This record gives sequence, structure tokens and C-alpha cells, in this order.
Amino acid sequence: MLTDRFTALRAGGRRALVCYATAGHPDPDSSVALWQGLEGAGADVLEVGVPFSDPMADGPVIQASSQTALAHGVSLDRALELVARAKLGIPVVLFSYLNPLIAAGHDVLRRAAAAGVHGVLVTDLPVGSDAEREAWLGEGPLDFVRLVAPTTPVDRMAEIARHGRGFVYLISRLGVTGVSDQLPTDLPQTIGRLRSVCTLPICVGFGVSRPEQARSLGAHADGIVVGSAIVRAANESVDAAVRLAAGLRAALDERPA
Amino acid sequence: MATQVVEEGRFGAFGGRYVPETLVPALDELEQALEAALADASFHAELNGLLQHYVGRPSALCDAPRFSAQVGAPVWLKREDLNHTGAHKINNALAQALLARRMGKRRIIAETGAGQHGVATATVCARLGLECVVYMGEEDMRRQRLNVYRMRLMGATVVPVTAGTRTLKDATTEAIRDWVTTCPTSHYIIGSVVGPAPYPRMVRDFQAIIGREARAQLLERAGRLPRTVVACVGGGSNAMGIFHAFVEDADVELVGVEAAGHGLDSGAHSASLSRGTPGVLHGALSYLLQDEHGQVHPAHSISAGLDYPGVGPEHSYLKDSGRATYVSITDEAALEGFALLGRLEGIIPALETAHAVAWIASQRGRWAGDEPVLLCVSGRGDKDVAQVSELAAGSD
Repeated sequence: MLTDRFTALRAGGRRALVCYATAGHPDPDSSVALWQGLEGAGADVLEVGVPFSDPMADGPVIQASSQTALAHGVSLDRALELVARAKLGIPVVLFSYLNPLIAAGHDVLRRAAAAGVHGVLVTDLPVGSDAEREAWLGEGPLDFVRLVAPTTPVDRMAEIARHGRGFVYLISRLGVTGVSDQLPTDLPQTIGRLRSVCTLPICVGFGVSRPEQARSLGAHADGIVVGSAIVRAANESVDAAVRLAAGLRAALDERPA
Repeated sequence: MATQVVEEGRFGAFGGRYVPETLVPALDELEQALEAALADASFHAELNGLLQHYVGRPSALCDAPRFSAQVGAPVWLKREDLNHTGAHKINNALAQALLARRMGKRRIIAETGAGQHGVATATVCARLGLECVVYMGEEDMRRQRLNVYRMRLMGATVVPVTAGTRTLKDATTEAIRDWVTTCPTSHYIIGSVVGPAPYPRMVRDFQAIIGREARAQLLERAGRLPRTVVACVGGGSNAMGIFHAFVEDADVELVGVEAAGHGLDSGAHSASLSRGTPGVLHGALSYLLQDEHGQVHPAHSISAGLDYPGVGPEHSYLKDSGRATYVSITDEAALEGFALLGRLEGIIPALETAHAVAWIASQRGRWAGDEPVLLCVSGRGDKDVAQVSELAAGSD
């Protein structure tokens, strides 16, 4: 389903809007309403963050949302229940640290698929780190989406692209998740380097929050991922987060002059 | 045999490199720099020179006649508390700082629990002229005020960590976040045998001097190997440091003492090996205190240095292979151990070490009268005196 979505976008000359939201934040019911609202605002893919107690790749906004979700008792299995309840028409990718996935047992990928999840992305399982668990995720019912960092050498980018499914998630800059005023000036070159060794769609995330960033990234990447900005807006209200997504959608759809 | 790395970066099934992609090239670079340094005689010459003249190695091996009489066996103390900065931590901090300088990295990141690793890192950074940023949980800063002051005196920046339990776990997570952001210019000096490969092996190798010295010293002084080697285990660096030289000696028993906090059944302890299950935290697969959803369970120990829900992956391997045994000691018993070594030997141990003292004290009759017991005195207790005296005043 991820592949179909990106094929359709490509055929229409459009860029993907990938929206991240932490499952169970700001509370379980609002979480479902938020996801449905994001779909209505034009999100192409929803990344559902699985709350984890020690999110070492996340900045303060997503850390706090994870703590809130955990306080509401939302772990992986509750997150899957919420996904099933939301009945979304867009593909859903689970965004998780490895430990909650391991703890949920071997069968969790099948349970996730049954709940309406299409892909899985694991923050702390880089290519080549654990053959057995990578095979488990890669050969299961979900598309195993892999990450590329700005520090990744080009031969490793090729290796990652070979192992990825659905799309490749390019981390825009060094650091943890969070809103940035400015994206690195050499980001187009990084995207170009990845493009030269990768046939999968490329979505860029970390630090993307504003319409002008969406517009300029749309010229180079196949899609953008917006996370902390949505979570921060959701702290205010579901409507605020949905409005933010709608604004990014409009910016992404503007044709470059 | 027992410590053989079965697969690269692993100890049996444990260890590995579970990190964000951004750090993979940084870990590759570190691994290459480490290999190059270890193959370079000038690296060893500089390290050994500093270990001798700056740290004060070799550290003494000291007999403990009155404590031995109480235990019923000769107890020998490996005095890492006599090192410069008062703990074993400087062995590793110094070696890694030299490595960082070779790599051209002038900014050093560290996490600290009790503050001993933070102090050691701040110390070597001052000596080598490197910038130093130490992450420390707010709760630990309260418990270890003196060490915070020492770090700042030596020019380090101490960053309070207010997330989660405000202890070592959260300080480590925060240090990793810094490193993900600054890895091209910063080196992260992890203070224990934890974290992604190559850290657990590297830190063990830099701490293995403890066991190498102690083995030779005991052979010379007692004319035989110890029957039992005992060390406290939080992350487990002093334990791996003293165990490593004895792993191939099949007749030498290795005992790691974890913190049982308020008791193993209280839910408030740090006994990852005794009560945890395998899981992934801070880049490695190892025994971990966690709930059924894979959420990390907050640890508890009276000793800030043991207050950690994970443990070094090599300890997990030594446990599962049966080569080492892991036991635990409560807060209350550790306080008795703290007082006991002071009263009987005039040596006030760190609260971490006090757990190992208390375990040995609890085992009277376990050893024949001529079987030496080797205890790693991982650090001195000056840093804990204020905390312990407050507790004593509170219970009066």
C-alpha cells in the first residue's frame, strides 16, 4: 500500500506529506481524532509513534508526548487498538524503538498488519546491526522502512536502499527530532547523493515544520515528514495540528515557479 | 573461551550496536581509531606514563587483617580508591580522552551517576586541554553535591538532566542525544562497560589493568590465585576490569554484587542480572529491568553509581554461561558494609563498593581459612559521607 501511494503521487507529480503523531498523545481518544483529521487535511502517510520510556533519538517535544502517552497507559498493543479504531484510508507506518517491538513478541507484526498498519520503522536498528531481527522485520507482513543519516557514506546509502521497502527516510540533519529554523544548506546535495544509489521514494524528516521548508524540499525530495511540529500543535489542540498539516499540504502542492 | 566475542561486537547474544543511523559512522570511526591506537606503541607509552605518574598506578593490593578475621578467610583489597580522583573510573576516562585527542575531537561528552566518572572525565580533560560537558541527573546532583563542585572547579560544564527518574539512565540518554548532534566534533566517553559496540569491550580493556595488576600482586604476596573475586556491579566496569584477568582461571570464582535497593521483591532495586530480562537500552542488548511492554523500569539504589536499570552485555554473557555469579545486597546492608570497612580497616569505601563488602561479610564460613578473597575497592567513600550522615541523622 505504501508503494501504491507513492506510485500514484509520482504519477500525479505530487509530493508526499508524511505526518508523525505519538500514539496516545495528547490522550487516546484525541489521538484517534488527530489521525483522522490529518488524513482529512491531506496527509499521504501517517507515522504512528510507539511511546517508549527512553527515546534517545527524540528531542523534548516527542519525549514529553511519549511520557504523556505512557501515563495514559498506551504501549504498543494499545497503540494498535487505536490504529484499528481510527480506520484510516492512508497507509500507517509504526515508528518505534526496538525494545517495545521485541517485548511484544514475534507475532506483533502480524497483529499490527491486522490492525491496519502497513509499514514499520525502527529508530535504533540500523542496517547490518542484527541479522536475525532485521530478517524478522524485513520478511514479515509490513514494509520495513529504513533510515539514512547525513553522516551516512554513499556506499552505505546504497546498502540501506537495497534493504529498504516502501520509502527511505532521510534524516535532514545531525541531532534528535525537533523543530529547526534552518535546514542544512547542503541538504539538496545529500538528497542527490542518496538519489544516485536509490530507486525508492525519498522522504526527508527531522526539523521540518514550516510551509517554506515544505516548498523548498518538495523540489528535491519525494516527500516530507513532519513530527515535532504536529505534536507541539497537538499540545494546544487537535484542530491546531490539523490546520498545520493543511498548510503544509498546500505549500507542498504549490508548483515551483 | 568464556569471554570470547562470538560475533563482532557481541558477547554471545548480548551487546551489539542498536543506535540511530547517524551514530553508525561515528562508531565505525571510533573502532578504527581504537585499533590504530592499540597497535601504536606511542599510544601505550603515553597512556602508561600517565597511569603511573598522574593516576598513581599500580594501585596497592592491601591486606585486611581485622576484616579477614571476621570473614574467616584472608581478604585482599585492590585499592582503586587510591587512584587520583578516588575511583577506578579514571583508568578508562584517561585512555578514551587520549584516543579522542588522536581522533582530533576536542569536545568530550560524559554521563555520570555518582559523579565519579564525571569527575574523572573532567580531570583528564583539564590535563589534556579538552572541553568537557557532563550530563548528570538532577537527583544525583543533589545526592552528590561535592562531585558537582569538583567537576566545575576543573572547568567542566555540568548539565542537569530533569527527564525521567533524573538519575544515571536519563543522564546517559541525554549524553547520547548530545552525541547524535555533535558526533563529527565530539567524543562520548561512556563511563561503564555499556553502550553500543565497541564501547563495552573498549572500556573493559581500559579497565582490565585492575585485574592484571591484582593477579600479579596476589601471586607475589599470597603465592596463589584468589578463590573468589568480588566486585560491585552497576553498569559493571570495575567488575569487568578485575574479572577479565581471571576469566581463564577456571578455579577462580567470579562474583558480582548488584544493588537490591529496598529488596528484590520490593520493585525498588537495580538488580538487572538477578531480576531483569534481556532487552535493548542505550545501544546494547543485555539484561534490563523492564515491564511486559518493553518500557524500562526505573532502578533504585542508595548508591547513585549503581542506580541503573541495565548492565554491561559481557556480564549478561558471563551470567548465562555460568562463568560468573551475581548476587545482591540491600541499601540497608550496604550501609553496614560502608561502616564496617571503616571501623575494621580505616578505609571508608564508596557506597557502590560497600555492597561488595557487605556480601563478603555475609558469607562467613563460606571459605576455608587459607582461601584468598579478592575485593575490588572501586572507589573511596568521601563523596558519600554527607549523604550517609544525613540518613543517620534522619533515623536518630
